[in-house]
Amino acid sequence: MGEPIMTKIKSLADLKKKKEDLQSKIALREKSDTPEGRVIVKVAMATCGIASGSKEVMEYMVDELDKRNIDAIVTQTGCMGYCYAEPTLEVNLPGHDPVVYGYVDKKKADEIIEKYIKNQELVDGIIPVNYQTIEKDKEE
Amino acid sequence: MKTLALHILDIVQNSITAGARNIFIHIEEDTRENRYLIRVGDDGCGMTEDTVRRVTDPYYTSRKTRKVGMGISLLKQHAEQAGGHLKIRSEVDKGTVVEALFEHDHMDRQSAGDIAGVIVLLVGSNPEIRFQYTHHRNGGTYKMDTNEVKEVLEDVPLNDPEVRQYLKEMIRENLGEMGAL
Repeated sequence: MGEPIMTKIKSLADLKKKKEDLQSKIALREKSDTPEGRVIVKVAMATCGIASGSKEVMEYMVDELDKRNIDAIVTQTGCMGYCYAEPTLEVNLPGHDPVVYGYVDKKKADEIIEKYIKNQELVDGIIPVNYQTIEKDKEE
Repeated sequence: MKTLALHILDIVQNSITAGARNIFIHIEEDTRENRYLIRVGDDGCGMTEDTVRRVTDPYYTSRKTRKVGMGISLLKQHAEQAGGHLKIRSEVDKGTVVEALFEHDHMDRQSAGDIAGVIVLLVGSNPEIRFQYTHHRNGGTYKMDTNEVKEVLEDVPLNDPEVRQYLKEMIRENLGEMGAL
């Protein structure tokens, strides 16, 4: 598969050469999945998160979900108010309420992917969130 | 914050929160003049003079989820510890420019860290924002503009995992060539 010699991407011209390959991969993925079926992972990326290692956690999630063939969108969000438990991330599985995990390192992230994202099996480290009541009061 | 790259990641979040459509990240390294300058600018909502005065206070924040705002004050502290300064220029409805200066060879200047990784993380998470990243080092220059990247990629999204990998590689290769890694 692919070219025998791996050349490094150094310029936009190099990137352009990869475009068709990327387009066909994306087309393939879109055929097999519906957008509603996508997993969304939001990593809290404010000062508290960044200082605790959320950049590494986010990069790990992007790379690993891709490697494990899970069609997911990994994005960043602001501080959710759980600075004591950073890095935190929120997982949105299609058809499920969002779940927030705290103290996430690579090991925990791996567990979240394998147990929760793949099998909807809850993992230790959930931060109880009640979007309807407590948070609303705090926002006042 | 362990590295300058993480500081950049942190202060750009302020630009995003301010509703910026255009963000520039400008790094200027000059080892002969012993300067390491980071400038982040945006066209977000800006701040009043009064707010600008208060943002370096760690107990000031505009958010409601917590009562402290360490980002800018930490950057100021780190810049001043490394013989530099922090300056903020802002105008309501126009935008904000944050500038942090460090002495390049100062013992207390944090290492640059993974700048390529931070740029790609920001670009991939905010594909609707135009990022212009410029890095000068001793006469060498590397520029990346997400508008140009988008033109090349057409319908391939910036948050595609493989695209992220390629962009990171592209920035790292160019920074490496300049001796800025």
